[in-house]
Amino acid sequence: MAQLLKTTFLPSSLPRASTVRSPSIHISTHRSRTTQVEAKIREIFMPALSSTMTEGKIVSWVKSEGDKLSKGESVVVVESDKADMDVETFYDGYLAAIMVEEGGVAAVGSAIALLAETEEEIAEARSKASSSSSSAAQPASTSSSAPEPSQTEKIAEPAGPAISKAAAIVGSAVHPASEGGKRVVASPYAKKLAKELKVELERVVGSGPMGRIVAKDVEAAAAAADAAASLAPKVGTTVNPPSGIELGTVVPFTTMQGAVSRNMVESLAVPTFRVGYTITTDALDALYKKIKSKGVTMTALLAKATALALVKHPVINSSCRDGKSFTYNSSINIAVAVAMDGGLLTPVLQDADKVDIYSLSRKWKELVDKARAKQLQPHEYNTGTFTLSNLGMYGVDRFDAILPPGTGAIMAVGASQPTVVATKDGRIGMKNQMQVNVTADHRVIYGADLASFLQTLAKIIEDPKDLTF
Amino acid sequence: MHSSFSLSLSQHITVPRSNHAFDSIPFAPSKPINLRFCGLRRETLGFSSLSRSHSRQGLQLHTTTTSKGISASLADNGSPPKSFDYDLIIIGAGVGGHGAALHAVEKGLKTAIIEGDVVGGTCVNRGCVPSKALLAVSGRMRELQSEHHMKALGLQVSAAGYDRQGVADHANNLASKIRNNLTNSLKALGVDILMGVGAVLGPQKVKYGKAGFPDKIVTAKDIIIATGSVPFVPKGIEVDGKTVITSDHALKLEFVPDWIVIVGSGYIGLEFSDVYTALGSEVTFVEALDQLMPGFDPEIGKLAQRVLINPRKIDYHAGVFASKITSAKDGKPVTIELIDAKTKEHKDTLEVDAALIATGRAPFTNGLGLENINVVTQRGFVPVDDRMRVIDADGNLVPHLYCIGDANGKMMLAHAASAQGISVVEQVTGRDHVLNHLSIPAACFTHPEISMVGLTEPQAREKGETEGFEVSVAKTSFKANTKALAENEGEGLAKLIYRPDTGEILGVHIFGLHAADLIHEASNAIALGTRIQDIKFAVHAHPTLSEVLDELFKSAKVEAHVSSQVSEPIAV
Repeated sequence: MAQLLKTTFLPSSLPRASTVRSPSIHISTHRSRTTQVEAKIREIFMPALSSTMTEGKIVSWVKSEGDKLSKGESVVVVESDKADMDVETFYDGYLAAIMVEEGGVAAVGSAIALLAETEEEIAEARSKASSSSSSAAQPASTSSSAPEPSQTEKIAEPAGPAISKAAAIVGSAVHPASEGGKRVVASPYAKKLAKELKVELERVVGSGPMGRIVAKDVEAAAAAADAAASLAPKVGTTVNPPSGIELGTVVPFTTMQGAVSRNMVESLAVPTFRVGYTITTDALDALYKKIKSKGVTMTALLAKATALALVKHPVINSSCRDGKSFTYNSSINIAVAVAMDGGLLTPVLQDADKVDIYSLSRKWKELVDKARAKQLQPHEYNTGTFTLSNLGMYGVDRFDAILPPGTGAIMAVGASQPTVVATKDGRIGMKNQMQVNVTADHRVIYGADLASFLQTLAKIIEDPKDLTF
Repeated sequence: MHSSFSLSLSQHITVPRSNHAFDSIPFAPSKPINLRFCGLRRETLGFSSLSRSHSRQGLQLHTTTTSKGISASLADNGSPPKSFDYDLIIIGAGVGGHGAALHAVEKGLKTAIIEGDVVGGTCVNRGCVPSKALLAVSGRMRELQSEHHMKALGLQVSAAGYDRQGVADHANNLASKIRNNLTNSLKALGVDILMGVGAVLGPQKVKYGKAGFPDKIVTAKDIIIATGSVPFVPKGIEVDGKTVITSDHALKLEFVPDWIVIVGSGYIGLEFSDVYTALGSEVTFVEALDQLMPGFDPEIGKLAQRVLINPRKIDYHAGVFASKITSAKDGKPVTIELIDAKTKEHKDTLEVDAALIATGRAPFTNGLGLENINVVTQRGFVPVDDRMRVIDADGNLVPHLYCIGDANGKMMLAHAASAQGISVVEQVTGRDHVLNHLSIPAACFTHPEISMVGLTEPQAREKGETEGFEVSVAKTSFKANTKALAENEGEGLAKLIYRPDTGEILGVHIFGLHAADLIHEASNAIALGTRIQDIKFAVHAHPTLSEVLDELFKSAKVEAHVSSQVSEPIAV
C-alpha cells in the first residue's frame, strides 16, 4: 500500500548553511526564503508522485507533531493528480512541525513539515516553521531574497482578533440544551463556519430555533468583527476607506511588497530611456472580437504581437547583467505585470513567439488562477525576458514603467481609444489608437533599436493576420 | 407486511382471534367464529365452511383445487396433504417473493403469493425505490448548487431551488409506478395474489386473511417465507412519525428540518444525509461504533468520509449511543441523550428539529405461526441452512419450508432476497443450487456512489491468514479515467482484493461516479469464477467509466497464467 518514494525527505540545503549534507539536491533556493534552517532540522517536501504532478493535497497526517518517526514509517498521505499515496520517511527523528495542514495544497518541492533529529530541536524547528511557512505561501515577484517576515506577521496579526473580541457581543445561547449558557448549541454548519472564520461560538448570540446558533449568526459575528476593526481607529469619516486598510497606522510590507520595494530601488542603478509610439488598433480590435469567443484575451494578443516583434529584434529581448556584455536570451518569455492583493506579480508566458494564440490564452488564464491561489512556481514568475504592463483597462492613455532588474525593456500599454486622425489621402477619419511607451536599458538597447522594434510592432498590430497563424 | 398490528395478532392466539371474530360478525356467517377458538387440530375441520364462505362472498379462489385439499386434509388430519392447491406459496410479495414467483412460473410451477400489506414490500414502497427518487433529486441539487463545478464546465445557473411537495410526489409516484409494474407482472404470469396476512399452519399448509374477514387455508407442495423486515428502533427511542422518524416516514418527505440527527451511519443513514444536506438541512450523525460508516472497507470509508461528510454541513458523534430520544412536543425540540458506547456515561444532550432512526432493520417474523412447526427464531430471524431451508428448534430441516430475504438475515438486500428465492425455486424443481453470497453486490447511492462485492480488505487478510494464502490489493483512481474527468467527477477510488497465486477475486470496492453500476463486472466475475488473468483481456469501450475496472484488473499482479484457451480467430 505504501509507496516507496526515494525522494521524499530531502535535507534542506540553503546557500549559507555550510554543513549541508547533500548539496547536490538543491531545492529550496529558488523560493524567496531565507529561513535559516539548521542542518539537523530537515524539511519534508511535497514529493512528486507522478510525472505530471505539480502540486499535492495533504489528505491526512498519519503522525502528529512531536511524534517520533523511524525510517520507513508512513508520515503523511498525499493526494496527487492520480491517487492517494502514503509517504514514508527515510530518516529517523521527530515530526517537529506541520506546515501544511490536512486538506491543504502544496506545490511539489515545497516544504510541508519539519523533521527534527532530536527532541530538543523540536521547539526550534517550530519557530522556523512559522516563519518559513508564511513566506513560502507568498511567492515574490522576483527570485531575489526576501526579508525575514516573521516579525511582520507577528505585528500585523493581533489587531484583528483583539478588536473582534472587544466588539463582539458577549452573549450566550439561550437554548435549553445550553444549560444556562454553559454549553454552546450550534448547528453543524455553524460550527464548521466558526472554525473557518475564527469566530468564538461562546460570543455569538444564536438566532435559530430555541436560540441555537446557526450559520448566519456566525457570518454576522465575523462581519461585525471586521467592521469593528475597520471603523475602530476613526469615527466620523464619511468616506470609508477600502476594507482592510486601517487609517492612521503603519503597516509593514508583506514579503511580496518588500521584494517589489527592493527591486524598484535596484532599478535606479540602470540608465534607462523611453520611446513612445501610437498604434492604430482597428484591425486588432476586429480580430479580438472575432476570436474572443474562443477564449482569446487581449493580454495574450498583445503578448503574442510583442513576441513576434521581438523575434525580429533580438537586442530588445537581451539584457545587461554585468555592465560589460549583452546577454541574448534564447527564448522570448513575456512577463505580464498583474496587480495582486496589494502587490505585484509578473506571471510569464514562455516562448510566446512559438505558442499559438489559443494555447497562449489558456496558459494565461491558468497563470492568473495560480497567481490568485498563490501557487505560481518560480519559473512561472521569474523567467521573463521582456515585460508588458497594461493599464488600458482603467482608461489610462499613457504612462511609463520602471524597468525590472535583469531585463532589457518593459512596455507600458495605454488604452485604445477612438481618435480623430488625418489620413494620408487628406481626409479626416476616426480610428482606434493606443499609445505604447517602452522603457529600456540604454547600455544594451539604443534609441534606433527601440524605434525600429516599435515600428515592427505597429505593423504587426495594424495587420494582425500573423497573430493567429 | 409492514402492518405489524395485524400480523402480531395471530401469535397471541386467543385474545386477538376473538377480536377478529367480533369484527367479522356483520360480514361473515357465524360458523367460522367457532373455528377461531379452536386449537390447531380442529382447524382443518372448519376448513370446508371457510372456503364456502369465501366463494359466497365472491372472493377470488381456485375452487377445484380447494375441494381436493379439503378431502385430503379431512382424511389425514394434521398431517401434510397429499395433493396441493399450489406447487409453491410465497408469503410476502416484496422483491424477494416477486423474484421467486417469476422464476417459479418460468419453471412451470403453479404459484401463489400472499401479501398482507401492499405488493412490493419494503424495497418498492418504503426503501430502495422511493429513496432513489429522493437521491435523484439530491444529486441534481448538488450539481446545480456546486458553483465551482458548474463554472468548470462553463455553465451558468442561477440559484437552484426546490418544491418539497414536488419532490415528495416524485418519490411517491415512482413507488406506485413500480408497485403497479410488479403487480401486473405477477398477474400477467398467472401468479395468484392472495391479499391477507399469511401464517404457517403446519407442514405445507398456510392460512391467510384480512383483519375482519375469516382466514382461508391453502396448501402447497413448497412454501417460501419472504416476510422481510421493518425499521429497527432501539429501546428508549420514541418514534412519533413526525419529528422522530424512521426511513418509512422520511421517504414521505413531509418536512425538511433545519437540523436533523441521523442515528446510524450505515447505508440508510448515509443516503438520507445526502438527501437532507442537498435540500438544505444540517445533519449530525450519531454512531455507536468508533468510526463512521462501519461495514464499509476501511479505506473506502475513509475516502467516503472525506468526500461525503467533511465538506458538507454534517458533524458527528462517534462511539456513542442515543440512549433516549424524545420527540418534539409542547414547543420543545427533539431531545437526544447521548451516552458513551463503552462506559455508558452520559456524554451530551442534543436538541434538534428532527431525528431519523437508521439503526438497521429487524426481521418481520412475528405471527408467522412458526411455533406450529417447532421453529424458534433467533433475534427474530428465521434460522436457515445455506439452501434457505428452515431449521427447527431441534436442528432438523423443516421439509418443504424455505425462508428468504431479510427474514432470514443472511444478507439484508432486496436483490439478495430475490437471488435466494430463485435459488430455492431451482432446488424445488430438481436442480440443487447454493447461492454464493460473496458474489452479491451492494451499493449505497450517495453522490458519488459506493459499491462493493465480496470481502473487505481486513476480512480477506483474516481469511488469508487462517487459510494460508496471500492477499494482494490493487487500486485505481477515477482521476485517471477520461470519462470521469470529462464529467468533472474525478473523485473516486476502485479497490481490488485478490489472491495473487490463483487470480481469484476476493472483493471489489468502488467509491466514485456511478459506482453502483460499475460493480457488476466484478460481482459477475466472482459469481462465475472468472479469474483476473482472464478478465483482464476483456475489452472495455473507451472512454467509459468501466475502464476504471479495466485498469483495476490490469494493475493486479497475478502469478497464475491465463487459463482460457486461445479462441479461434473470427474474421470480421
